[in-house]
Amino acid sequence: MEPLVLSAYTVVTALGRGLEPTYEALLSRHSSLQPCHFEDVDIHAYTGQVEGLETRSVGSGLGRFDCRNNRLALLGLEQDGFLQAARNASERYGNNRVAVLLGTSTSGVLTTEHAYRERDLKTGALPNSFIECCRTTHDMFSVADFVRAYLHLSGPAMVISTACSSSAKVFAAASRFIKAGFCDAAIVGGADSLCLTTLYGFSALDLMSTGVCRPCDENRDGLALGEAAGFALLETADRAVKTGAVALVGYGESTDGYHMSHPQPDGMGAIKAMQAALARAQAKPDDIDYINLHGTATRANDLAEDRAVNAVFGDRIPCSSTKGWTGHTLGAAGIVETVISALCLTRGLVPGSLNTRRVDPALRCRVALENDFCSIKRVLTNFFGFGGNNCSLVLERL
Amino acid sequence: MRAYVNGIGALGPGLCGWPATSAVLAGKDCYREKEPAHPAVTILPPNEHRRSSDPVRWAVHVAQEAIAQAKAEPRDLATVFASSCGEAGVLDRICAALATPQRQVSPTLFHQSVHNAAAGYWGIATGCQRSSTALSCYDSSFSCGLVEAAAYLCMDEEPVLLVAYDLPPPPPLFAARPVRAKFAVALTLTYRPGSNSFAVLDIELKDRSLQPPTIMNDRDLEALRLATPAARSLPLLSAIAKGQSTSVCIDYLNQPLLIGVAPWTF
Repeated sequence: MEPLVLSAYTVVTALGRGLEPTYEALLSRHSSLQPCHFEDVDIHAYTGQVEGLETRSVGSGLGRFDCRNNRLALLGLEQDGFLQAARNASERYGNNRVAVLLGTSTSGVLTTEHAYRERDLKTGALPNSFIECCRTTHDMFSVADFVRAYLHLSGPAMVISTACSSSAKVFAAASRFIKAGFCDAAIVGGADSLCLTTLYGFSALDLMSTGVCRPCDENRDGLALGEAAGFALLETADRAVKTGAVALVGYGESTDGYHMSHPQPDGMGAIKAMQAALARAQAKPDDIDYINLHGTATRANDLAEDRAVNAVFGDRIPCSSTKGWTGHTLGAAGIVETVISALCLTRGLVPGSLNTRRVDPALRCRVALENDFCSIKRVLTNFFGFGGNNCSLVLERL
Repeated sequence: MRAYVNGIGALGPGLCGWPATSAVLAGKDCYREKEPAHPAVTILPPNEHRRSSDPVRWAVHVAQEAIAQAKAEPRDLATVFASSCGEAGVLDRICAALATPQRQVSPTLFHQSVHNAAAGYWGIATGCQRSSTALSCYDSSFSCGLVEAAAYLCMDEEPVLLVAYDLPPPPPLFAARPVRAKFAVALTLTYRPGSNSFAVLDIELKDRSLQPPTIMNDRDLEALRLATPAARSLPLLSAIAKGQSTSVCIDYLNQPLLIGVAPWTF
């Protein structure tokens, strides 16, 4: 495929706002996970909660979009000069030639959860204030609608919502849209914020750890939820500054066709995604220097992913999950871990899996436990979502 | 961007299956908008069928019809599932549960709440392991799905199944998103013509212009087109049903998506 340069990129997680605090946390091996103190949630879990969202708003003129998810998205747009990069792209290409393709799993459903508590006792009706802003908060398209409005863009846009692969698949969609001529450049990424639906939902599925998550650990007992927003501006290599930049050079998408919430045990769907990403990147397995695992720290995910990675790559390439730092940010995991992978590429870091004490002896892959500094050229990063939806991306330092 | 149509599935009030829908849209039969439509899904395993939501059944029903008409093997097709409301009924039940002091969320309900539930069930039913996108774009969800499907064809030259579906959310969400009719449509699209191709589409995204979207001449069909995002496909389906060379325009957010439609015989 034609490489797409990440001309600008940024991320906000519980680790901090923007690239520098994210990288510093990777270096200092400081996790953002804390005992859950989200609203009045009474479950025993750790979360990566972004501080300060309660007191923000999305600002004048766009107040109808105001909700936790769009506040988080705006906080993302504001970091690392991304707003300026997006505006420059809009001027260069035209405001209808820059697509906005974003991922989220739960959009602004927190607003809906609150509104359900305020239903009219007699009629069951939701409050008018919610009815007026449902389209711009709860609605699945809301975050792309908001970002598009905020940046005054009027080209193609969509929200991909395929659970935990959402904001990875937008990179693939951007490739397609640009190839087909529907746009010249794309803003990709997404936002997913904490809400009761996911906190109580994962708890009901018994997939949440009561402590920090420990990817690939022999005693791992589940995931920790996080929230995040991040963005990348994607341009074709002939229109972007290339030196030292990171580019998307391959992607692979597949499905398990197996179960709504359990990964296929032999990892066949995941294998297909990784192989397709390598083929598109015209890379051999040994051309990959580091694999950023989906690594949710559930028993089933880490085992199935290990089987799949091992089938494609053997046990030579260092692998790790960075969810010990950020928690599982669900629909935002794609952009979070792609940006982390870009940081690893530009700074020559293989991050050792955080919170992992002893690697599960049942796993066959080479799980990195300590940070290692070395020159890395290509990273593969994995995303697997509910509904058996898989996406792998290959990034390369140009 | 060129795409060949090899199969269509359609389900809506008074529009049960593509043969009946096609006859109505071509003006051969009159439109009986009060005739109810029910999905008859046969490929979901019994457990999955029991758990599946109405939107999932509508989506899988039309997907099944489109695949059968195209005489395609479902495992060979990537999928694009486009829906504005998605699993609104499931979210309603979860939000209602979360508003009680116990906050007991059913685990089954939770994994069904994802926007890609229909795509997931389709994969389980068919064993298909190809790429699957589940997207949302408010009232432009159908045109957005068509753009994503066309872009997929352009990049990979492999067949795609496009499914667009939207059902009215239950009260009280209905007041906030008054989608007034149930509608689902599926198209199997290929990059190259095949022995089952019967229409060819030339899909082009135009600059902002004053070109208005194509509307339905029949008052009740026009009401259906406006009632639910998936039914924004009706002018395109109508052009295919009439079997004449024409073009239709469907809004994709601020831009008109211009679709040249012509019959195709191999």
